[in-house]
Amino acid sequence: MSRPPCRTLRLVVNGQERQAEVRDNTLLLDLLREGFGLWGAREGCGVGACGSCTVLVDGHPISSCLKLAATLPDGCVITTVEGLAAGEKLDLVQEAFLEAGAFQCAFCTPGMLLAVKALLAANPRPTEEEARAYLNGNYCRCGAHPEILQAVRALAERGA
Amino acid sequence: MDPREAIEWNVVGHDVRRLDGPSKIRGEFKYLADMDFPGALRLVLVRSIYPHARLLRVRTEAAKACPGVAAVLTGDDLLAMKGVLPCFGPAFRDQPILAFGKVRYAGEPIAAVAAESLEAAEAAAALVEADYEELPYVQDPVKAAQSGAPVVNEAIEPAGAFADLKALKGIPGSNICTHYKLRRGDADRALAEAEKVFEDTFVCPPVSHAHLEPHGTAAWFEPSGRLIVHTTTQSPSFVRQELSVVFGLSLSDVRVVVPPLGGSYGGKIYCKLEPVVCLMAKATKRPVRCHLTREEVFLTTSRHGAVTRIWTGVKGGRITARRVEVYYDTGAYAEVGPRIAQKTGSTAPGPYKFPNVRVDSYCVYTNKTPAGPLRGFGVPQLSIAYETHMDMAASYLGRDPVDLRREYALEEGDFYATGAPMTSIGLKPSLNAVAEAMGWPAGGRVPPEKERAGRLARGRGVALGIKAVLSPSISNAAVELSSDGSALVRCSTVEMGQGATTILAQIAAEELGLSFGKVRVLLPDTDHTPYDTLSAGSRSTYHMGNAVVLAARQVREKLFETAAEVLEVPPDGLAVRRERVFVRAFPERRMSITEVFIRRFGAPGTTLSGEGTFSSQVDKADPETGQTPRMTEHWFAGATGVEVEVDTETGFVRVARLVCAADVGRAINPRHCMEQIQGAAILTTGLTLFEEMRFEDGRLTNGTFLEYPLPAFRDLPGEIVSRVVEHPVETGPYGARGVGETGTLSLMPAILNALYDALGVWIRQVPVTPERVLRAIREAEGAGRPLGVRA
Repeated sequence: MSRPPCRTLRLVVNGQERQAEVRDNTLLLDLLREGFGLWGAREGCGVGACGSCTVLVDGHPISSCLKLAATLPDGCVITTVEGLAAGEKLDLVQEAFLEAGAFQCAFCTPGMLLAVKALLAANPRPTEEEARAYLNGNYCRCGAHPEILQAVRALAERGA
Repeated sequence: MDPREAIEWNVVGHDVRRLDGPSKIRGEFKYLADMDFPGALRLVLVRSIYPHARLLRVRTEAAKACPGVAAVLTGDDLLAMKGVLPCFGPAFRDQPILAFGKVRYAGEPIAAVAAESLEAAEAAAALVEADYEELPYVQDPVKAAQSGAPVVNEAIEPAGAFADLKALKGIPGSNICTHYKLRRGDADRALAEAEKVFEDTFVCPPVSHAHLEPHGTAAWFEPSGRLIVHTTTQSPSFVRQELSVVFGLSLSDVRVVVPPLGGSYGGKIYCKLEPVVCLMAKATKRPVRCHLTREEVFLTTSRHGAVTRIWTGVKGGRITARRVEVYYDTGAYAEVGPRIAQKTGSTAPGPYKFPNVRVDSYCVYTNKTPAGPLRGFGVPQLSIAYETHMDMAASYLGRDPVDLRREYALEEGDFYATGAPMTSIGLKPSLNAVAEAMGWPAGGRVPPEKERAGRLARGRGVALGIKAVLSPSISNAAVELSSDGSALVRCSTVEMGQGATTILAQIAAEELGLSFGKVRVLLPDTDHTPYDTLSAGSRSTYHMGNAVVLAARQVREKLFETAAEVLEVPPDGLAVRRERVFVRAFPERRMSITEVFIRRFGAPGTTLSGEGTFSSQVDKADPETGQTPRMTEHWFAGATGVEVEVDTETGFVRVARLVCAADVGRAINPRHCMEQIQGAAILTTGLTLFEEMRFEDGRLTNGTFLEYPLPAFRDLPGEIVSRVVEHPVETGPYGARGVGETGTLSLMPAILNALYDALGVWIRQVPVTPERVLRAIREAEGAGRPLGVRA
């Protein structure tokens, strides 16, 4: 049943300072969606296997469907798909996805974009093998993998 | 369509970017679960724990007493509701909105709880209890088809929703809900007289569509009595029709709105959650929404498992007969299984010229998750049999597998085993494209020496597949051109990632002489978009494409009517390009679309509209022989080639190279075609190598993504090559046909053929898990045959 809030959480979400009262069982995914109205992270499996709920916490990709919001440190920096573009200007990863046609139904795309963003931050010029290994936790049922890898290749070539 | 016009196409045939690309890439794109439905109750389902049991009593008192609970409904409540039909289904009206009397699979909804929050609904649902009396259950489709098996559905009645399914009847008192027969020549006699008969049984398990977006529905009744439904479906027009029947409403009083889907592949077709959500909306007089969890998706629908027995007779160096007996496991409710058994059953002999053919295709109820179509409509469960048998026959006859297929492959002008002429089939061109991309030596034999690298065994295989386009079916479209040269297409084609809206916009832009960016395509909303049979079976490009062409041409005629007066030429002397109407013979004599509108209406902001209807036809087949002069409007033909590596120590199979070719008729958007072909092939790679819904003690045991993995980046073939083959369909828009499923048709048998090439053993069951491969290797070794040497 409904539990009382257990703490006040202070976060930086997509560059904005946010505050939220969270319960001990509030998932980060639900906080982002229901609390902050950021609908880009989505639940595909609820067990951290599909990657549709991937967001970046201090630059690291995590499954927000498994993350209890109350366990986040105050002041941590969260990036969702809504935080990638700067106004009209798309992020390089978004541009590369558009250019390569790296999505079909796009349910996985927000998570995929953030996973690629994190991959390139950790390894700006990944080999094909490295890219496949890093992105293995993000499912795409439409089978847009070849185009996603093409986008990664294009980004790697420019050392993005 | 005059082929010379091809070079003049401005939008069709070009790789324009997806219409929905910018919003998808920004994450602004809203799926149903991201939408706000103010005041909506959350609905949670309570499900049966037994595969087959009498449902004696469902106790809901404790749940009803929970805080925030608005209502709890059971099958008894359903039966007591006036004016509501308790069951639904596209082929048979066999599926209860909530179980009553008995449950037919573990996971079947027995109660629905609606509460002010999801948390409250879940807490209350946990308190619903039921008394059952267990019944013997059956899950093997072959056993289920035998007399004496527990009967899943005692009485079934045709739903009458589709013209081709109106005359359906099962075998009373049995689990067989459809038996399709095809007879040509005398297969039994030819097999008896053959010098060699191959006889095998192939097994495909049920699998999950696994669209990443789970099913969802939101619905409410307006005070006027109108029913409004927002839902994740591929078939808005069908859902509207079905809900109007179930709830006794006129069609105009049901409005179905479909947002873009996060994948579907056949999993969100006909009715799924809609009836129960609408039932709750009726009972509570509140908006109600329901979104399934992943675990529940596994309990809602699946792809038919199948057992396929096949016989191939060879005599005098020729293949003389082919007999197939297939059991499609449709689970507890038929959904569209009967149509799969009929339409796809007709393709069971394979796309070849065989003189003697016999097919018996059964759709069988079992106590499992209901099954439906998954990208390929039952063809892969058959091609796995008929294409491995082609390689067996090739091996026996000492023929090259590609060469043998070239000899027997059906071509334009041939007659199918049903007696129907083959029209516009690009089968051989697809095979040739694959053979060429694989470097398959022309007319050459596969080299007898197997390439081995340590414990890796390598092999390669090819396979073909065909599928008939869903006929009869109907598409309506309306096109509206505005005075500023922008246009709107109204149609009920669902955008589920396949890119249909982009393709339809390209077609409208081409016909109206607009640049691509000037056309918008409305998403399905039955208050604003006209009837369409459904978005499935690779039918939209062809059917809706044609409807859009017709609607746009009506608009163009009106445009030319006015322009002809001004430019002083007959309307047929005009053309329109880049928002300008001009005289064909004197292109400099022209006027802008806006000028035409001003001339016609005397005012800006005005519109011209047109309508188009396109329907495909078939002739009824003889029920005893399947013979018919016309069985489908056209065919989808595809070919696949693979190179595999098998680790003979672990049994692990890796697809090193995948070549897939599909005949698209004419590529409206070549890049989209490639994406569809590859995507279909990648999905099928998972189904071939590891996906399988496993049942123990009558229950699904791996219904989560932890235990049911999908193909991910590291499972992809090392290299993927796709070939868009263009063998135009005379009746298609610009010669185009659909392409969504073609990449799935032949991949499974191509891998099995490659495994034989690598190991010298036949594997007759998918998925080809390492365990199964190792067992096959051990069996071959036990028979004293070194690996890689064929029997």
